[in-house]
Amino acid sequence: MNGWTTEEVKESPEILEMLADLLFQLADDDFVLGYRDQEWLGLAPHIEEDVAFGSIAQEQIGHATFYYHLLESLGVGRADDLASLRPGEQRRNAVLLEQPNGENGDFLNQPHFDWAWTIVRHYLYDVWDIARLNLLKESRFVPLAEAAEKILGEKRYHRAHQELWIRTMAKHDTLSRQKLQKALGEAFGWVGDLVSFGRFQGRLEEHGVITSVEPAVRRYWVEVQDFLRSEGLIVPEVSSVMNGRLGEHTDALGEALARLSEVYRLDPSASW
Amino acid sequence: MLTADAVTRELETVHDPEIVKVSIVDLGMVSEVRVSDGTILITLTPTFVGCPAQSIIQRLAEERIQKAFPGVSVTVEMNLRDPWHTDRITPRGRQGLIESGIAPPGTDLNDVACPFCGSREAVMENLFASTSCRSLYYCRGCQNPFEAFKPL
Repeated sequence: MNGWTTEEVKESPEILEMLADLLFQLADDDFVLGYRDQEWLGLAPHIEEDVAFGSIAQEQIGHATFYYHLLESLGVGRADDLASLRPGEQRRNAVLLEQPNGENGDFLNQPHFDWAWTIVRHYLYDVWDIARLNLLKESRFVPLAEAAEKILGEKRYHRAHQELWIRTMAKHDTLSRQKLQKALGEAFGWVGDLVSFGRFQGRLEEHGVITSVEPAVRRYWVEVQDFLRSEGLIVPEVSSVMNGRLGEHTDALGEALARLSEVYRLDPSASW
Repeated sequence: MLTADAVTRELETVHDPEIVKVSIVDLGMVSEVRVSDGTILITLTPTFVGCPAQSIIQRLAEERIQKAFPGVSVTVEMNLRDPWHTDRITPRGRQGLIESGIAPPGTDLNDVACPFCGSREAVMENLFASTSCRSLYYCRGCQNPFEAFKPL
């Protein structure tokens, strides 16, 4: 199959539609999780971790920025507008990633955040994102294939970071183990749509934009289960409440979008 | 005279705002410099795709080259066609990193020497430091914390 350039994609509305849907999944995933990550600024368990998690948040947003710019180059809209102004029903991120960092409060008011939940969620995402980037390395859309190869090298550090935290919490004491186990139960209740590619999945595979999804999903669950079991954790049942890849979202996303775009909306034409 | 070499020499005065002692040439960010009648096309590649300094570096390079070669049309592109790896940092760039208090990237995360005392008795404190491209270490030789560029 011949590789597609940006110009070639722009000429075909049908190809552009499915490719844009995929790029929104990639961009929105990194973006909304980056937002949740940065809510921890000043609140992480210790000072070095505060700096580290801030860097991870920044890199999440940096990767999202790359994908939004790729959408801009395809004529879909201005990158900043795509990030800040699209309403919830147009967002394609997995619902797990939009959930708050804890049950109570937000970062401005009583931030009773849950570190175990934050790390478990990030771990599930990072392992999947690496699997997904591997499906994109041979993508027919050349700029995406180039980016996947490069971003993979960066994401493996994110994953290593979360794995270290899980190992630490799994062996620290009974309380940290309980918190980890509880977080796993909650995260697995949301995780179903994470490992899917939305309504164009079949066509994306047929056209060689992504390589075969199903074996990658199987390998993903084996990897996750093996790791969690090796830390003595019980692996819960996977379920799915709604499908973010189809634009279904919880109220948590609407609240996050209102907050993160508050300043941008004051004057979308301002120069940054 | 407007030549690719002359443009590259100018680019040696452009720095990442967070690593001021290492030029973008020594950092290995310059993929291509093309000069043809009255136009300059420079292709840069980001060290890390998630790095927020990219657009700043792109702008700094464009301003510097435009100032050095007035009347010439200057374009600075950023793309991933020729992806960056840590081995693109030149020996002079590695020296500049050490002088900035940043350990240059090794073959893996354990291959690191303290930029202050040279000791290899360093332990990693955190995989991520003040920027995502660096990790945080503690030197058991001179008891200083330091950052090291991540191998990529």
